Amino acid sequence: MQQINLLLTSLPDGILLGFVYGVVAMGLTLIWGVMNVINLSHGPIIALGMFSTFILFIRMDINPYLGLILVAVLGLLLGILIYFIAVHRVINAPHLSSLLATFSVNMIIIGIGTAIFTTSPYNVDFNLGSFPLGKTTVLGTRLVAALIAIFVTGGLYFFLYRTRPGKYIRAVANNRSAAELMGIPSTRILALSFGLGTMLAAVSGALIATFFPFNILSGGNYELKSFVIGVLGGLGNPVGALFGGLILGILEGVIPAFLETSWVPVIEFGLFVLILLVRPSGLFGEKK
Amino acid sequence: MKNWRKHLGLLLPLLVIVGMVLWPTVTGSVSNRESVFTILKAIALASSLNILLGYTGYVSFGHIVFFGFGGYVGLYLVNDLGWSIWTGMLMGGIASAILAFVLGKAILRLRGAYFALATIGINEAMKAFINNFDLFGGPIGMTLNFSVYKAYGGAAQALNMAFFIMAGLAAIALVISHLVRTSKFGLGLQAIREDEDAAEVMGVIAPNAKTWAYVLSALIPGMVGVLFFFKNGNVEPHVAFPLHASIELLVMVMLGGQGTVLGPIMGAFAYQGMRGYFVTSDFFKDIQLSVSGVLLLLIVLFIPAGAIGWLRHRVPALRRVLQ
Repeated sequence: MQQINLLLTSLPDGILLGFVYGVVAMGLTLIWGVMNVINLSHGPIIALGMFSTFILFIRMDINPYLGLILVAVLGLLLGILIYFIAVHRVINAPHLSSLLATFSVNMIIIGIGTAIFTTSPYNVDFNLGSFPLGKTTVLGTRLVAALIAIFVTGGLYFFLYRTRPGKYIRAVANNRSAAELMGIPSTRILALSFGLGTMLAAVSGALIATFFPFNILSGGNYELKSFVIGVLGGLGNPVGALFGGLILGILEGVIPAFLETSWVPVIEFGLFVLILLVRPSGLFGEKK
Repeated sequence: MKNWRKHLGLLLPLLVIVGMVLWPTVTGSVSNRESVFTILKAIALASSLNILLGYTGYVSFGHIVFFGFGGYVGLYLVNDLGWSIWTGMLMGGIASAILAFVLGKAILRLRGAYFALATIGINEAMKAFINNFDLFGGPIGMTLNFSVYKAYGGAAQALNMAFFIMAGLAAIALVISHLVRTSKFGLGLQAIREDEDAAEVMGVIAPNAKTWAYVLSALIPGMVGVLFFFKNGNVEPHVAFPLHASIELLVMVMLGGQGTVLGPIMGAFAYQGMRGYFVTSDFFKDIQLSVSGVLLLLIVLFIPAGAIGWLRHRVPALRRVLQ
């Protein structure tokens, strides 16, 4: 009985968090799907998103949700910049090159971030109140974050399937040389995809900052979670990431009711390796 | 004397090791000894990784898992069961090799980035598991009982001994690396690197070859782990399985030149030296990570074959010596 109670209190939080996790991983899996690059600078960009919320809200007194728009635009531009500096030359090279190229971007961002913000924890003191739900209370910030996450996923889906640039992106992901033959400017589309990926990472960081404390290294943790989520939902399937995120959120809500919390990563990463082995295309991906 | 020329490539790497051992011994400086110890450790680990990364072409992002796992097993044997450091090291190496064998049977079926992701997952799963494993001290880790050092003539003597053992391990790693490179087995690995399907058609039994390459590349890191934690006096999960250390190893192999014996040595030397300089310099110390990042990016973009690979390409006369 006690476990059921515990479950009922931790599950709603896990589900709400799961939606946000979905957006955290969406950028990583979009970039993977379009250009077969694992973006190891994903974590630091999430951290940059967190700090932009901090600067916008604490220093400039802009509402964090309004600030999201600015964070998104900056994230897009940063991503396009990273693409042309670090990724474009190694896009056709073996995996090691693109992994190390994006990792060097990771080092550069972490280095500058550490010099500016140090590694001490920051907190955005932003409160939307809370309301009771059954036996548990739900934080307003988490509910709004989950709603924004659903909205972002819907927007990405609309963009990829209903607009021309989105269709270009899917064409390039499917077959780059065929897309080029059809007159699609593949370099620009790749840069746009990378920009979108970092934009999503930055936005997710900005959302997380409204309810968790963070430091410049926090992104690494979410990057690891993104790998797990990406594989759960199918690498290269951005909308599947939302389901992957939900599964992870629910797991994090359910496991503590039965085991100590410290077992959560063991199960998460064990599951991750298992799924990679059994169904590398993900739980919802098509069989290759 | 026919085989003499074949092993010429091993001469330079071993000379470098001898030189590095002599330097602190002659100057008698303890701080020199400590920096050389760090470089030797990096050489041993990077050369081991090179067997998998450079020869076989599989990118492992979690190679440090063997360092941590072997280290934990060995330190447990030395500390709690009272084994000597020699048998402890041997068992640590064997434990890592067995882990690699079991893992290899499963994850080496994955190719490219999927394999890289799986190795990250294994490292994190292992770290989280050790965090919960009470026999190994859980999140607190294990602290070496100080009396253990007595058998080796006190702590100072034990640290000095650890330095020479580390040099030995680095030399063994280089010999293994060289033997693999010049053997038929190594030729099979390099064929897998170039084109796995074609290699299988030509008669390389790829699953077996890959598994043994993985086992060989895990053996020395396990032993290095035991020695390192023995010298450190304690071990904790986050010190034993740092993901960034795995990536640093990749950087070293990449810097020096993957798939060569000498490459990881130069890479380890350059990377550790550079880090030491940046961390202590007034100008760079705050943004040392960024400077390293920029350098890495330049190398990845413009000299992907690494220093030794580049030299071999430019100066064919050196190919016999620089291997």
